[in-house]
Amino acid sequence: MTQHVSPPRDGTRRTAAPAGRPARRSLPVRADVRTLTLLGVLAVLVLIGGLTRPHEFLDTRNLQLVLTQASVIGVVTVGMTFVITSGGIDLSVGAIVALSSVWATTVATQSHGLAGILLAATLVGLGCGLVNGVLIAYGGVVPFIATLAMLASARGLALQITDGRTQVVTVRGVLDLGERETYVLGVPPLVLVFAAVAVAGWLLFHRTTFGRRTIAVGGNPEAARLAGIDVRRQRLYLYLLSGLCCGIAAFLLIVLAGSGQNTNGNLYELDAIAAVIIGGTLLSGGRGTVTGSVLGVLIFTTITNLFALNNLQTDVQQIAKGAIIVAAVLVQRRTASTA
Amino acid sequence: MAPEPPLLSMSGITKSFPGVRALDGVDLDVRAGEVHCLLGQNGAGKSTLIKVLAGVHQPDSGTLRWRGERVAPRSPLAAVRLGIATIHQELDLVEHLSVAANVHLGHEPTRAGFVLRRGAATSATAALLERLGHPEIHPGRPVGTLSAAQRQIVSMARALSHDVRLIVMDEPSAALDPDEVDNLFRIVAGLTAADVAVVYISHRLEEIRRIGDRVTVLKDGRAVARGLPARSTPTRQVVAMMTGRDVGHVFPARRAQAPAQDAAVPDPVVPDAALPHRGPVATAATPSPPTSAPVLSVRGLSRPGEFAPLDLDVRAGEIVGLAGLVGSGRSEILETVYGARRPRTGRVLVDGRPLRPGSVRAAVRAGLGLAPEERKAQALLMTESVSRNVSLSALPRFARGGWIDRRAEREAAREATRELSLRPEVPAVAVATLSGGNQQKAVLARWLLRGCRVLLLDEPTRGVDVGARAELYAVVRRLADEGLAVLLVSSEIPEVLGLADRVLVLREGRVVHEAPARALDEHRVLDLVMNAHRDETDTGPRERAHRNAPGSDTRPHKDSYKDAYGEGNPVS
Repeated sequence: MTQHVSPPRDGTRRTAAPAGRPARRSLPVRADVRTLTLLGVLAVLVLIGGLTRPHEFLDTRNLQLVLTQASVIGVVTVGMTFVITSGGIDLSVGAIVALSSVWATTVATQSHGLAGILLAATLVGLGCGLVNGVLIAYGGVVPFIATLAMLASARGLALQITDGRTQVVTVRGVLDLGERETYVLGVPPLVLVFAAVAVAGWLLFHRTTFGRRTIAVGGNPEAARLAGIDVRRQRLYLYLLSGLCCGIAAFLLIVLAGSGQNTNGNLYELDAIAAVIIGGTLLSGGRGTVTGSVLGVLIFTTITNLFALNNLQTDVQQIAKGAIIVAAVLVQRRTASTA
Repeated sequence: MAPEPPLLSMSGITKSFPGVRALDGVDLDVRAGEVHCLLGQNGAGKSTLIKVLAGVHQPDSGTLRWRGERVAPRSPLAAVRLGIATIHQELDLVEHLSVAANVHLGHEPTRAGFVLRRGAATSATAALLERLGHPEIHPGRPVGTLSAAQRQIVSMARALSHDVRLIVMDEPSAALDPDEVDNLFRIVAGLTAADVAVVYISHRLEEIRRIGDRVTVLKDGRAVARGLPARSTPTRQVVAMMTGRDVGHVFPARRAQAPAQDAAVPDPVVPDAALPHRGPVATAATPSPPTSAPVLSVRGLSRPGEFAPLDLDVRAGEIVGLAGLVGSGRSEILETVYGARRPRTGRVLVDGRPLRPGSVRAAVRAGLGLAPEERKAQALLMTESVSRNVSLSALPRFARGGWIDRRAEREAAREATRELSLRPEVPAVAVATLSGGNQQKAVLARWLLRGCRVLLLDEPTRGVDVGARAELYAVVRRLADEGLAVLLVSSEIPEVLGLADRVLVLREGRVVHEAPARALDEHRVLDLVMNAHRDETDTGPRERAHRNAPGSDTRPHKDSYKDAYGEGNPVS
């Protein structure tokens, strides 16, 4: 009884287990379900708008307004999607938008016209992204901390540049972009820029080595490293990309507001992160969707518009947004565990 | 035989995880007041078994009886309430809390339900530490300031702060000095004297001899031996059970017939294994007559504390095996060759050209590929598709200006996986749903697709079902036949002997023997791997002489010093 050596069994019995049967869930299908859900939510919101405020909501001007408002935060969200998919976070997007917008609207910059403003906005965004990226990728600073520091510094610098004053844009070409005459088939140029960024982001994410490496770095950085991917360089590029998106968003904001202010882009980081998360990108990294993020932005902007049209205050809006974030994540958790 | 039921009796425990069956009908019974040792290689199922016991995992089937009654602990708390405490290998202490707070974490002495009685916690902790022979640990100190040994004492005090009848210790001696091990054994003896049972997990056989009463050996998720007397069972028998291979395991034939040094040695290779094709070139199965220059050369590579300066050569078409037990430095060597760890001295050359030390990218560019020990943590993107996992290292091949030609990618991945007969043949399937063997094939396919020339395999059949291993062996042999140089690490000695052409035996970070695999047998390697005293005397004469020659030693070191510290890849 005390000594018992079991005879070796042959291994055939165990091979039957999980090898064969093709898996039920291939990834694209699941992604489509998620996208359809978001589209459904958006459709419901439009329906609510059409029912409660039939004349105001479905008015062309209102729809143009909604899309224009979505454009600025939308461009930021595309960059954020990449950063979050890689397992990082960028808290400094709002501050970078503010800094870019004021730097691009100083009297000196405005003297170079539209090109000068556009160039300044994107370069300042890229510069901030570079600092973030170097600190995170090569300095070993945690993304949360590095971008939090950037948030504080960039806002401070923006205030220093403007001294708290609004810098009104006088360049005709820039202001024209906000005018009705420049609309293309009824679509404002700002919305076209957003659409272009979204499409470019989608292609970058799903069709290039850059996107693939972003997913790999977020999903399993150690495996990515051992597979021969330069994880640090990839991280640097990701924050550069986010900075670039902020610069573009800043330009859109300048056009939209006709001015640059140090309070621009306030709390953009939270809106962008929220849109990315309800879109279906994992906060822990490794899985992301540009389409979902864009839909997330549209959902949030539509809600804001609906609340405004129905004369509900911003406090109610905020509460509703919070509830939506929680609900979206709970639904995703359920579908993820049952799929 | 015993009239009263054992304290604990587990029977027919099975537990599967996606891709692998970790436990396959394991029985274990533990008596009150005994030290029951649990032995097994990495991946044998020890950790899973004790996690079932500790309520971390719920078994798929099988029963657990505690003092004769059927129980099913659903959580660690439930297990502790029964009287089963576990001291895990990664000590689960909160670094920033004090010793006393850690000991009483989750069951703090309180007043009115929530007001901490810190004085009571402190004095109770002091009493426990006293009992454990470590009164010098102050209950108020943050755990983060303690040494590894002291933390272990704290873990033990935590276990004892409950009314436990059974303590599971998972490799408690791994981080301890000899003195501290002695103290640990005193504690264990004190526990058993108080009729507390101890399940003791260790790789160190000599410890089991010293304190164990009975031994259960696990292998591939099964108990291959139960209740062996710990002191009288021959060591060789125990190790053979841990590392042994089931009968009927076929290793593919080598191409060249190596002149066996000792014809009397039985050959572990079953020569009639089917092989799809064999190349015409004869490979060097012995180190002496090189048919070609080595593809991979390692010169004086070392990392103090992990492995001593190492020289080795691997030629195209050759499989070189590193045999050794856990802690012999096997994986560390492989990872250093690959650049994932930065060497202190020495260098790695591919085709005679030195690689930048400590750079994985340089290694990959030069044609190295690693199939790491921890597939899930180190190699795979579990939720991604097979095709994307396979193409990961070769992305630029399908990309023009960063733009991926997805059809070409899919086709290439499909071809690479088909070549290794990875199943299912659906590249879109998530890697997480594959079996262990097929996951490993996905890793190999990645390097195949990359066109790598040197394959580093770290425990290639770990977590691979027994039945699927033969197929994996055939794959590795075929890749070598097609011209790959393979460096193989395994703790399963028959695996190294069966698969490799040439074997380096490691003990405590040092090569103690080198010989053609055919000149070795399992018992000889076991002796070499375990015997800590018969060193240097019986090593392969050629390589050893080369290593000790002063001329060959100094130059690489000087160069490597520059290599290691001159140009920099900052450590990530």
